[in-house]
Amino acid sequence: MIRIEIRPGFYRDSVSLMQVSQRAGVGVSGALVAMATPLNVELAIQMGFVLPPTSPNDLIIAIDAPNEESLSHAFDVVEEVLDEQLRKSREQSSDSGFTPARTLGRTQGAGIALISVPGEFAFIDAVDALENDMNVMIFSDNVTVQDEILLKDIAIARDLLVMGPDCGTAIIGGVGLGFANVVSPGSVGIIAASGTGAQHLTTLLDHAGIGISHCIGLGGRDLSSAVAGRSAKQALALLDADEHTDLIVFVSKPAAPEVAESLQNVARAMKKKVIFGLLGPTGSDITETAEKVLDELGVTHRPWVNEVADAGSTGPTGGSLRGLFAGGTLCDEAMLIASKRTRVPIFSNIPLEKEWLIDPFGPATSHAFIDFGDDAMTVGRAHPMIDSKLRTERLAKEINDPSCGVILMDVVLGHGATSTPGEELSATISESSKPIFISLIGTTLDPQNFERQKAILAQAGAKVFLSNAYATHAALDALGVPR
Amino acid sequence: MNKLLSESLATATAGVSLLHDALLNQGVSTQAVEWSPPLGGKDLHDVMADQRRSVANELALSKMLNSGAVLVDVKPASEALNLGRGEFLHAGPPIEWSRASGPMRGALIAAMLYEKMADSAEAAELILEKNGVALEPCHHRGAVGPMAGVVTPSMWMFELQDPSTGNKSWCSLNEGLGKVLRYGAYSPEVIERLDWMRDVLGPLLQVGVRAREEHIDVRAIISQMIQMGDEGHNRNRAGTLMFLRDLLPFMIEGGTSSDVARAARFVGGNDHFFLNLVMPACKLQTRAAENIPGSTIVTVMARNGTDFGIQTSGTGNEWFIGPAQTPHGLYLGNYTADDANPDIGDSAITETAGIGGFSMAAAPAIVRFIGGSVPDALATTRRMYEICEGENPTFGIPVLEFRGAPTGIDVTRVLRTGILPQINTGMAGKVAGTGQVGAGLVTPPMEAFTAAIAGLATRIV
Repeated sequence: MIRIEIRPGFYRDSVSLMQVSQRAGVGVSGALVAMATPLNVELAIQMGFVLPPTSPNDLIIAIDAPNEESLSHAFDVVEEVLDEQLRKSREQSSDSGFTPARTLGRTQGAGIALISVPGEFAFIDAVDALENDMNVMIFSDNVTVQDEILLKDIAIARDLLVMGPDCGTAIIGGVGLGFANVVSPGSVGIIAASGTGAQHLTTLLDHAGIGISHCIGLGGRDLSSAVAGRSAKQALALLDADEHTDLIVFVSKPAAPEVAESLQNVARAMKKKVIFGLLGPTGSDITETAEKVLDELGVTHRPWVNEVADAGSTGPTGGSLRGLFAGGTLCDEAMLIASKRTRVPIFSNIPLEKEWLIDPFGPATSHAFIDFGDDAMTVGRAHPMIDSKLRTERLAKEINDPSCGVILMDVVLGHGATSTPGEELSATISESSKPIFISLIGTTLDPQNFERQKAILAQAGAKVFLSNAYATHAALDALGVPR
Repeated sequence: MNKLLSESLATATAGVSLLHDALLNQGVSTQAVEWSPPLGGKDLHDVMADQRRSVANELALSKMLNSGAVLVDVKPASEALNLGRGEFLHAGPPIEWSRASGPMRGALIAAMLYEKMADSAEAAELILEKNGVALEPCHHRGAVGPMAGVVTPSMWMFELQDPSTGNKSWCSLNEGLGKVLRYGAYSPEVIERLDWMRDVLGPLLQVGVRAREEHIDVRAIISQMIQMGDEGHNRNRAGTLMFLRDLLPFMIEGGTSSDVARAARFVGGNDHFFLNLVMPACKLQTRAAENIPGSTIVTVMARNGTDFGIQTSGTGNEWFIGPAQTPHGLYLGNYTADDANPDIGDSAITETAGIGGFSMAAAPAIVRFIGGSVPDALATTRRMYEICEGENPTFGIPVLEFRGAPTGIDVTRVLRTGILPQINTGMAGKVAGTGQVGAGLVTPPMEAFTAAIAGLATRIV
């Protein structure tokens, strides 16, 4: 059987086309892939092909094969070799690249554009990447909610994923994107609408010997009423279909109730079990979520359990609690615990209640938490996980502030974070007569090395914890707040 | 299903270099793009959000790629364009005498003398000053004109047609280099040459073209000349000779030997003769992509010696204007940069269609002529891919492994990358009557593109 295809105006040089003909000719009775020059038209006729009218600028693909299967196989081979040649020509003429879409157009595999340009411009690169069939992670914040919805709708229509905006962390197939820790591979898939929440969960599981398959970030706004979990639903479907994932964990800051409910409905219809760890007054903290995962997997090892006892008692100090955080979710988590236990206002620049708002640059008088990674604190300045200066200065002030009794901090390790976080804090910490409690978020394989950082901080006098929740409880214990 | 989780990752980063470094530290192969803040503000944002854009641009590119250009006739502008006495066409966006540059004025004076509407340059100027002649851009009639691009009713025109759309386009016959009307010269030798072209060359070309059974496929010749060292704007040597090869036998059969000999000598001795066929072929290509709502692809780039104007597919025939820039390059004889007029001519239609400066990599032989080097030429073509919707496989560039010419300038990409289209051009003397002073490289003003994005933004539905 014979099939002939004419591609008007499709040019390829004769040597290349000869190679195509040769490769397509294996296993068929005749194959001609050539420009429709008079010579080639004559050749085609001799081979028994009956051609429609052509011009010398047209490409002829003519195949004679014993059956439909080998015929369509030969056409596939033609396509493959033509593409291969085009790819080769593009590689050899590789250009610098000014947009992610253009740069990745020349590579193979699952494409993802990691966009961290100023927020007002992030939409432009993101929409271009999506239109060029790339997934997108938007690290930038300050993208409008309308733009976020539009991007996610475009992504859904094209079966692509948008992580973010304001997505700090993802791990895809072992590759950390943004701020991510080096954790062992495993079969737990994580979906996180919170960057430091994801980092904390993955590191806790790693300390307990549990690895992860992927960690998909959503951005802090995906579970709002407006965005309605657009990316979350895609992420659930992706992990449900992923052969490396057996158990799915979903972590988030407080979500819009109807969105949380609809996600739980989606999860119920899935093949795989989903454990939800939604922070909030009625939800669970990240350590509790990690423990649920371990329960599900039948793992009893919980290396953080004895930390409070190991920290020893400092005896009740006077004054109030000051939290100085780099991670927003870790700050939220600590405030929720402190609020529950103290039953008094916890003041903050990212307060749990509107009335508890304070100026993060002014002095505090009672329990106060500052998130140094908040958008307003990072305008024209790197994130505190990269630049510790602002937080270290505040630490020195709190050490000398008589109203401050106990200090609680986080130190986050991993890709993207400063290479010397412990070194940068240790001198100031060592001057403190007040107890300083630190949750150290990281793993042994992180570039900063967890054990080394722990030793530096402990030597300076800080009490170092794997679990942010446990560190917060220990700090409250030190203040004499009843359990 | 999305292959994000199942295939190995290919990443590209735009923005913070730290995040790029973090990937490199993991041993992941990644590309950091050369990102810079885009121009165009909210207009660009809104056009990027326009859901019609991506599909409209794909359509515009495919229409360009599927277009054709065959030479169907040669005839006077009075017949071809219905141009009446006292009506002149010119290059670029609309312009009046008072704002016209030296070479444009010189060409208009030459046109007055040639059409016997004035018997001296001074008399011609007096009539032109009083707007005694109706001026209109060539593009408004689907035609194109190199340099000043002045067309008068009795000039002979090539008539080309796009078989895919039926559209036609026209261009005058090329006069050669040096002291010629299109460069603003109007001395007696200029007029005498034009007279001969009207009386002998035009009719002879018509006889040859009409005698052929098949139309000459201009697009196919362009495809071949790109592989023979021409880029179709500043080098048309191979194209000119192939054209002569295809037409000469028919001219010999239809003309007297002395006329044919002079015509053959004239065409063969003018390396730019074929430019005037490349230009209307390019016009047919870009015209095929006109008027697609939402498309941000440029369909016209043209200069009148004062203004640089562009048109886009999504904005119809509206001109977006900025000041014409002065080219940089090499000068003939004792001329210097001070003698050069700002950019002029419709010949940037070649770049609009992906050849000329966009395909500089195809023409290493002329890079020195316009003041460059071979690596510059390769870099220029590679850079142009960044601002184009796609590639034209019909115009394969040999040194780039026959990669297709960068085609379909996208206004949004120009604004996002800050890369302006690269145009190869001749340079006219700024004083009327001078003629050509050199050749070089020029870009459009960015204002034309910021104006275009604003025009596109107002048409979002």
